[in-house]
Amino acid sequence: MNHGTSLLWKRRALSSLSSTRRGLPKEKMSENGMMSRPKVLTIDTINPTVKKVEYAVRGPIVQRAVELERELSEGMKKPFAEVIKANIGDAHAMGQQPITFFRQVLALCSYPELLSDSSFPEDAKSRACRILNSCGGNSMGAYSASQGIDSVRQDVARYIERRDGGVPCDPDNIYLTTGASDGIVTMLKLLVCGEGATRTGVMISIPQYPLYSAALAELGAVQINYYLNEEKCWSLDIDELQRALNEARLYCNPRALCIINPGNPTGQVQTRECIEDVIRFAAKERLFLMADEVYQDNVYAEGCQFHSFKKVLFEMGPEYSETVELASFHSTSKCYMGECGFRGGYMEIINMDDDVKAQLTKLLSVRLCSPVPGQALMDLVVNPPQPGEPSYERFIKERTATLSALAEKAKLTEQVLNTVDGISCNPVQGAMYSFPRITIPEKAIQEAKKLGQQPDMFYCMKMLEETGICLVPGSGFGQKEGTYHFRMTILPPTDKLKILLNSVKEFHQRFTQQYS
Amino acid sequence: RDCLRPSIKVAGVKKSYREVIDVSWGDPHRAGVKPLSFVRQVLAACIYPQLMDGDKLMVDVKQRAQMLLRACPGGSVGSYCATAGVPEIVERVSEYITRRDGGVPSHPENIYISSGSQWALTNILKVLVNSEASPRTGVLTPVPCHSTTILSLMALGAEVVPYYLREEQGWALDVEELQRAWGSAKEVCNPVGLYVINPGNPAGYVQSRKSMQEVIRFAAEKRLFLLADEVYQDCVFGEETEFVSYKRALAEMGSPLSDTVELASFHTTSKGLMGECGLRAGYVELVNLDPAVMKHIYSLFSADSCAPVLGQFALDVMTNPPQPGDPSYPLYMKVDHFLFLIHRKAFTEFINSLPGFSCQPVEGGAFAFPRVFLPPKAIETAKELGMKPDTFYCMRLLEEAGVLSSPGSEYGQQEGTYHIRFCIMTPSEIMEEILRRLSTFHKRFMNEFS
Repeated sequence: MNHGTSLLWKRRALSSLSSTRRGLPKEKMSENGMMSRPKVLTIDTINPTVKKVEYAVRGPIVQRAVELERELSEGMKKPFAEVIKANIGDAHAMGQQPITFFRQVLALCSYPELLSDSSFPEDAKSRACRILNSCGGNSMGAYSASQGIDSVRQDVARYIERRDGGVPCDPDNIYLTTGASDGIVTMLKLLVCGEGATRTGVMISIPQYPLYSAALAELGAVQINYYLNEEKCWSLDIDELQRALNEARLYCNPRALCIINPGNPTGQVQTRECIEDVIRFAAKERLFLMADEVYQDNVYAEGCQFHSFKKVLFEMGPEYSETVELASFHSTSKCYMGECGFRGGYMEIINMDDDVKAQLTKLLSVRLCSPVPGQALMDLVVNPPQPGEPSYERFIKERTATLSALAEKAKLTEQVLNTVDGISCNPVQGAMYSFPRITIPEKAIQEAKKLGQQPDMFYCMKMLEETGICLVPGSGFGQKEGTYHFRMTILPPTDKLKILLNSVKEFHQRFTQQYS
Repeated sequence: RDCLRPSIKVAGVKKSYREVIDVSWGDPHRAGVKPLSFVRQVLAACIYPQLMDGDKLMVDVKQRAQMLLRACPGGSVGSYCATAGVPEIVERVSEYITRRDGGVPSHPENIYISSGSQWALTNILKVLVNSEASPRTGVLTPVPCHSTTILSLMALGAEVVPYYLREEQGWALDVEELQRAWGSAKEVCNPVGLYVINPGNPAGYVQSRKSMQEVIRFAAEKRLFLLADEVYQDCVFGEETEFVSYKRALAEMGSPLSDTVELASFHTTSKGLMGECGLRAGYVELVNLDPAVMKHIYSLFSADSCAPVLGQFALDVMTNPPQPGDPSYPLYMKVDHFLFLIHRKAFTEFINSLPGFSCQPVEGGAFAFPRVFLPPKAIETAKELGMKPDTFYCMRLLEEAGVLSSPGSEYGQQEGTYHIRFCIMTPSEIMEEILRRLSTFHKRFMNEFS
């Protein structure tokens, strides 16, 4: 932990009740002269798996970025005018505009008196009424059933059917969750059991979105890494899946295979053949498939297309569609909506045993229900304005503009980064990130080791301090031993992105020079 | 409760009532309470800022919306925010807590806003409960207790150690009973936590300061982490009753207790005047925790990203409502929370007048939890149907009178006793209707099984 981080922890440490005692060491004499007794909760007594939980996207480098922002606002001089948080997939934070129709409907749902306001289009009003009629007391403030509002689940099912060319979807298999993360973590909890050699193993790509590693650590599950092939544009090789599985069988009980498509952090969009291969593999090896598809509308590269796991599964015929157990996840946080703050999401569960489903519902009921505004928003995402409706033109215009801007930025990012000696960036086929490989000079690696830091963390921290750009080091996602990467979002507006990419380029050149 | 729900959906069947009154949830909006205009206007303005053009909204609504949007990255409710919550809101929550507790200081660094209070509770329990350990982690929990926490504990692999509240004493928490529970627990698990609900759910008690001090001393003596579920703190109605937070009670007991007892207290926007259950916003305040442990708590919360932003805005309004002089204040003050004061008395008096019912005074919370003395015949019939006796009563109450309540067996009760939980945070007309239907039904039921 570097200096910046430890300062922050000192601030967070003040939990003692006596205001006059702020800043005093932990073990202090109390008024009658006796030593304070040891705490109930200490680093040795807390749940040991909690100690292994890390989530790099919001980790130490971000905490340092927040400190720098504070320092800047207090007038401290820095080599940059602002901190740019290119660490997190948060489109609105970077200036992306929300879809007008969605916000109109949600405003109407929040304050139904607005239904008499003529400035709102009729289709927004009818959507709002439909949503409110499905809410207890006609209010978004009532709890919904744990599985989610009925009518929303039905709309989600219809959307999935349309998306998948008619493959049927049962609303009973739809669960509305607090973002996709909630669904993913809950499914993992359901899957993880056993002890020692029979402890559940879960396969996840390297690199991966660190929610998976965090959840697996907290659940005490075994994380089984399968490496994506960087030389082949981060493709997934079945041979590599097999290798990882065979090795893992020696020390755990592999039960699930997680795949993120389009990928995070890597952005690759899986081909249909690859998806079929994965399904065959899962069927053969009896693995529960978890398909994280939150970036399904974020596909940019020519020749690439999103294929849902569900659709491919069913098109492979009953031998697979009636047996392979699959959970697929979607969210309101990404695609063209970017509505992260609403915490909307759903999962579709295929071929799950009925008794297990009952347990799943029970688990979800611990949360009571997912945020109702997020459920309402998901309803709109799956049921957007149709041709002929008043809001249609505007909706299509806004959606197209957002997605094409992202496509442009994906290309720009790849182009600029590849002009830098020592940075190599695969095409950003989809999602919201670039994950370029960086060459770090040996001297810098040594320096990092001296500080007890991963070399790419050292690199990113330096970049943050010198340019104000906050990225996440590749070590936070996993990478092949001896390689280094960083993840940077493609979300800032194009002109800002150009400046950013240039700053990254210049920093890299300086850094390489400094440590040569 | 879930098994009762499907029967509501039977369409077109002739019933003596036109619609079902659902008082099985602690859900004010579902029970007919209207949302507060001010908070909903602020939310609408934040969601669709174009609303602030012109004069549609009051000045204080606009000011609040603008302040809240400024605190969000990119000025949008759709952005993620800091892990513990929008920093300005967390700051204001801590100021609210300080005011509430008569000046006992609260620090923003110890507060996490979450998607409902149960989410924060689960995270704290994750830190507390070691499911791999032998013996297992135990947490003392009250009987009766709402089922969500019990489920959470079980899902984490903790041992639930029940301590019985004394019904005849208005559901008082007896330290001797805590001692008994703790003593018996020591043989099967490692008790680490003590969970208290104040004001109660389902039982409507509000702990006295003296009782709270006993609990704090007990927690200190037995080295237990105190988990104080205080989500109903704004629903306190007894004439001589006052809500005191565990934090305040602890602080007022002075050193060494005030510096050592580890406490997590929980609050929410779901209850009280706001009743915004569906928005999902609650918070936990942590007191006297080890700094190294706080670091891991941060990591845990960070993997959840953040709480829903709209819920956080509602929390801001809850902790900073319109003040005298604000343009929205008159409308805000019209809220009929005084209704609940009347209801709880009306309800308990009425219930107590029905033979076969006995209801302790409801001092706070959103529920009445009367005891029903079921005739042996009814108990037999229930058993034949494979149902718990109080579930059977609730089922009949739903089918015949269209009132959806929840059976005491869902919350735990002394063996051989039966209870029903009713949410009493309803508008007057609905409360009158409930009492009317309940009275008719109950007399008929008791007659049938006499």
